[in-house]
Amino acid sequence: MKVRVRFFASIREALGAGEGIDVDAGATVGAVRDALIARGGAHAAVLARGRALRCALDQVLCEETATVADGSELAFFPPVTGG
Amino acid sequence: MAGPRVTVQTADFDLAAEAAALRAGDGGVGAVAAFIGTVRDRNDGHGIDSMELEHYPGMTERAIEAMIDEAQRRFAIRGARVIHRVGLLQRQDQIMMVAVTSAHRGEAFQACEFLMDYLKTQAPFWKKERTPQGAQWVDARVSDDAALAKWGIEKRNT
Repeated sequence: MKVRVRFFASIREALGAGEGIDVDAGATVGAVRDALIARGGAHAAVLARGRALRCALDQVLCEETATVADGSELAFFPPVTGG
Repeated sequence: MAGPRVTVQTADFDLAAEAAALRAGDGGVGAVAAFIGTVRDRNDGHGIDSMELEHYPGMTERAIEAMIDEAQRRFAIRGARVIHRVGLLQRQDQIMMVAVTSAHRGEAFQACEFLMDYLKTQAPFWKKERTPQGAQWVDARVSDDAALAKWGIEKRNT
């Protein structure tokens, strides 16, 4: 199934605004992150485990244990700094 | 009160006009509390020339709407208005405002602070400072997580 991945702020600068990717049915947000890290290069650097990273599923903040669905919009971004 | 509760815009805003609109026609309002965030000329020891603000269109508005709903559950407020600017901002520019109306001041003060503490760590905005040494993304502060935790909400940003 397909999900739309989006990046913001410093992660967007490194990886671009996002892309559509194929993932296994029942995949978690963490599994999608791992698949992106497995690409190596800039993906591995900015999405690396241990780096402060937040994620949102269909525009709601989520944990990495959340399960994505076909057509989901999944966003990765650094800690927020508005206000 | 009519009109939107949340607006993300590049344009500047007028707090007095927003506060007037927020309480217009509501005779039960006895208090308006407001906060304005502005661009400082220094941060963590370095100078700032200007600032670029990015957001997640759609999610940002939705997240702040949910925060206002939560503020209304917790405090006896009558109305709330949040405006947050994005794009390029200069030193001393206004960045954002929160205004809250209630019958008495206590609830308005509390709800205003609650909304700010919530927004700082849970609304998808990112600041990039332009300094004499180059541009850099602003780091999130652990103290902002602590500010939200004092309301009994454990949602870490850092």
